[in-house]
Amino acid sequence: MAHVVAGSDCWPFTGGVSAFDVEAATVRELIGALDARFPGLGDFIDRKMAFAIDGEIHQDAWFSPIGPDSEVYLIPKIGGG
Amino acid sequence: MSETLEKPAAAAVLNVVGTRPIRPDGADKVTGRATYGADFNMPGQLVGKILRSPHAHARIVSIDAGKARGLPGVKAVVTAADFPDLASEMHEGGEQASNLRDLSLNVMARGKALYDGHAVAAVAAVSTEVADAALALIKVTYEVLPHVTEVEDAMASGAPLLHAHLFTEGLPAKPASASNIARRHYNERGDIAQAFAAADVVVEQRYTTQAVHQGYIEPHACVAAWAEDGRCEVWSSSQGQFMVRTYCAKVLGREISDIRVTPAEIGGGFGGKTTVYLEPVALALSRASGHPVKMVMSRDEVFRATGPTSGSVMHVKLGATADGTITAAKVELKFQAGAFPGSPVGAACMTALACYDLANFTITGWDVVTNTPKVAAYRAPGAPIVAFAVESAVDELAVKLGMDPIAIREKNAVHNGTKAAYGPTFQNIGYVETLAAIRDSDHYKAPLGRNQGRGLAVGFWFNIGGESTAAVHIGEDGSAVVVTGNPDIGGSRASMAMMAAETLGLPVERVRPMIADTASIGYSMLTGGSRTTFATGMAVVQAAEQVVAELRKRAAKLWETTVEQVEWKGGQARCLDPAKPDKKPLTLEALAAQSGRMGGPISAQVSLNAQGAGPGFGVHLCDVEVDPDTGRVDVVRYTAAQDVGKAIHPAYVEGQVQGGVAQGVGWALNEAYIFDRDGKMENAGFLDYRMPVASDLPMLDTILVEVPNPRHPFGAKGVGEVPIVPPLAAVANAVRAAIGVRMPDLPLSPPVVLAAMDRRQG
Repeated sequence: MAHVVAGSDCWPFTGGVSAFDVEAATVRELIGALDARFPGLGDFIDRKMAFAIDGEIHQDAWFSPIGPDSEVYLIPKIGGG
Repeated sequence: MSETLEKPAAAAVLNVVGTRPIRPDGADKVTGRATYGADFNMPGQLVGKILRSPHAHARIVSIDAGKARGLPGVKAVVTAADFPDLASEMHEGGEQASNLRDLSLNVMARGKALYDGHAVAAVAAVSTEVADAALALIKVTYEVLPHVTEVEDAMASGAPLLHAHLFTEGLPAKPASASNIARRHYNERGDIAQAFAAADVVVEQRYTTQAVHQGYIEPHACVAAWAEDGRCEVWSSSQGQFMVRTYCAKVLGREISDIRVTPAEIGGGFGGKTTVYLEPVALALSRASGHPVKMVMSRDEVFRATGPTSGSVMHVKLGATADGTITAAKVELKFQAGAFPGSPVGAACMTALACYDLANFTITGWDVVTNTPKVAAYRAPGAPIVAFAVESAVDELAVKLGMDPIAIREKNAVHNGTKAAYGPTFQNIGYVETLAAIRDSDHYKAPLGRNQGRGLAVGFWFNIGGESTAAVHIGEDGSAVVVTGNPDIGGSRASMAMMAAETLGLPVERVRPMIADTASIGYSMLTGGSRTTFATGMAVVQAAEQVVAELRKRAAKLWETTVEQVEWKGGQARCLDPAKPDKKPLTLEALAAQSGRMGGPISAQVSLNAQGAGPGFGVHLCDVEVDPDTGRVDVVRYTAAQDVGKAIHPAYVEGQVQGGVAQGVGWALNEAYIFDRDGKMENAGFLDYRMPVASDLPMLDTILVEVPNPRHPFGAKGVGEVPIVPPLAAVANAVRAAIGVRMPDLPLSPPVVLAAMDRRQG
């Protein structure tokens, strides 16, 4: 299972829990699984968060693959100037 | 001086990428032929002008435009009543989601003016003189409200409230009352109390920076035409024609397909042209008047009504053991957002400690609305501000420990495999190589003169990818056109042409890069975030590869062999089939000349959403000389090293680095928004808002470190953001070294420096 770490932006949905293991093969599956566990979190992270999968940042990419042992960090979406 | 340090693994046989051809936009720019936003005109166009609030915070009781409408030559007057009253809704339009209600309210005030310069009405008239006269005839009745411009004042209990609906997000529980604090960001690792207790040395300091503007030379400008059938055309200077299309459609309640936006040549953006100000107003005036409407901001308007970046108050506390290991960090950031939420404090929290491998830290960021212009992105938004504080603090640690400034950074440096403070594990980064490049430079070993000091600082930016479209078309003579949807703000036309030429095997002079309007190419996110050469470049290379695949297929048909038996090399199809040794190579020219007979024109278009942008690191070294009588600071030598992945066009990359340094030096030494007691900006012009000019700076030396990003076809990483991150601290650390006093408040103008020297002597 992928190991997911969520920052403080997600804590209102998780009750302060910041790390959990999730069965998901893609970002979209991860969003769905997290929403099932923490209602509202899926929509929130879909709109506001990027997914750092094993160190590589994926943004607005539902079908990016997640490995069974992947580490996924949820970080705020990144822009720039 | 400039040099490139290439990691051996990056070496590859490249004929175009990595060379320095003449830039494709050069001739038009030096001859004055380039068409910027203000250069475009249409028959029958009117002049649009905006009436702006003279108050920092005021209720708009009424607007009487009767006399203005009656003035001969006035064709239209619009106010917020002419725009839909949008609900709060986040919408993806630029790089990131924006709140459409806030966007619309920033374009035209509704109910309240929230800063000096906020648009409250607009006119379209037959001339500038008539438009100005009409503005003077519009009677706005204001109820002036208490205002607040400083970030800590805005956070204080009892501060004037900008938005009654604003409740702080990011707290464990929703607060009971509204405030000016829009959001709290928080990140932590380890146990800082224990770590500070174990430290041999602790440094702690409050730092401040002021709001500064991107300072692009070209003011915002557009021409808009709303036709009788509802179809709209916009010509404007921006960092993204698709962004302009989306935001205009949303602010005016139109379909995306109703609006076509054509990008003008852009005279600088640096993040400041990633939103709309004039375009929806010009469209509304055109709809009301039945004429095209041209609008061009004055410099005063650019300063007062378009986004600067945040002013800030920051607290940084660091602890270290005697050997220089940083054991704990505590960072608190308070950023001005301007009139609506959305300062870059979130990014600042993520970049604050990104260069350091730390076990214990807390980072807290506060996004705070103030009665000042809504901030906009500015190169590496937020990162230069927090780097000023953190890099000053690390410098102070080094001073207290008697350590070399590079040694303390190397000791605490992130490497491949380090878990970044903001979460992800770093891969393929070139930070320690960049530190080494400065350590090994001549500059680092050079002696200093009298009244001189040397400062060092480092910086980080994520870089991004995102959605891009590119097309490659082959002409019947074998030349090529590359079309993208990204305005060229930093050399992307050159890099697109070069990557296409490299892939096709053509001389770059035979590839013409073009930037298309929104109806002529597929969607691309705006140019920003150091994403274009990475993401749009990836689309260009893939489109060129599709063209090559088609050329190989056609050659295979001609040679009656399989496509696998055809290779593309040096701009030619070569037959590898051992059964056909007599087949001579077919050039691109030869294949293109017969394209009609072999299936039609040769072209390809690729749309993608690029992932895997590699982060960038910079290390800057600055020498200053301080005049002991006046406090004037001159930068006398500067070297910037940066991991750029692979420099597609090294001269452009060096230019990006030099430009970032120049802007950062201005931020450090002179630039600041100055407000009077009524909250009005006092220095809204280049005479009083002092930006550096060429004569203020020495030659800015660059060292390009090339640690390739494996996710890009040629190893490129974004380069435009990182170089503005370290200069604020590099300059401030150099001034500290010169005068022996830590300088925690920017800008370091002569009176500030002189006062610090007086305090030291007194």
